Amino acid sequence: MYAIVRPDGWNFPLLVHVAGAMLLVGALVVVIAVTASALTRGGDAAVLTRLAFRGLLLGVIPSYVVMRAGAEWIASEESVGDPSWVGIGYATADGGLLLILIATGLAWRAARRGGRGGYARAVVALTALLIVAYGVAIWAMTSKPA
Amino acid sequence: MSLYEWLLFLHVLAAFLLVAGLTAYGALVLGGDAARRALAPPAMALWNAGGLGVLVLGIWLALEVDAYELSDGWIIAAIVLWLVASGAGGRLARTLREGGPDKARVQLAVMSLATLALLIDMVFKPGA
Repeated sequence: MYAIVRPDGWNFPLLVHVAGAMLLVGALVVVIAVTASALTRGGDAAVLTRLAFRGLLLGVIPSYVVMRAGAEWIASEESVGDPSWVGIGYATADGGLLLILIATGLAWRAARRGGRGGYARAVVALTALLIVAYGVAIWAMTSKPA
Repeated sequence: MSLYEWLLFLHVLAAFLLVAGLTAYGALVLGGDAARRALAPPAMALWNAGGLGVLVLGIWLALEVDAYELSDGWIIAAIVLWLVASGAGGRLARTLREGGPDKARVQLAVMSLATLALLIDMVFKPGA
């Protein structure tokens, strides 16, 4: 059907971008799993929200930096211009950063309060929103609409 | 969207699920008992669903795209790496049920290295 040909020089920047994006989504999944679990497991709530905060600080944010740096690198190599799929990528990445920073602050507050209540629920909601947004970005990056 | 675009999207989505499962396994192996209780079910579900998805959709993609053959070296390498990662994943799940943190770390390292090599193989497609 198709011959998928990509210049060799694009491969490493693409690897950095994709690896960063995969770790970013993986770390978000860990954060949502432990925070949701904290809301249902009273005894473990404090430990789990501390883990969620560390996951955001040491997993999600560094992965985001790798993903975003890789995106700029591959975009400059490809001279890709501004088609809509690139716009979707930038919108989810840049909007996502704001949500990540808010979620990190909320997770810190949740951890200080023992892990239960409104802050933890807000972290779950924000990370769920981020995962859905990055799902849309994955669709845009693979199908490249327009 | 064409069939190729659907297959590619779902194949890549499955790879994200696989890495999400691997990340969850990493957090539960390196974390304490609370992390283990919270993360064991999603880690196994994501790893298994992602692993099955990448294999089935990857083979379907190889059959769909004229430029690829299942006998291509990079595709055979990917299948071998998938088998290594899946084997280590199965052993890790068993180790976590039975205890044995040292063995779990080694199995996690094997899963991580095989998955990274799989990603490198998919991006660089050596010999394609």
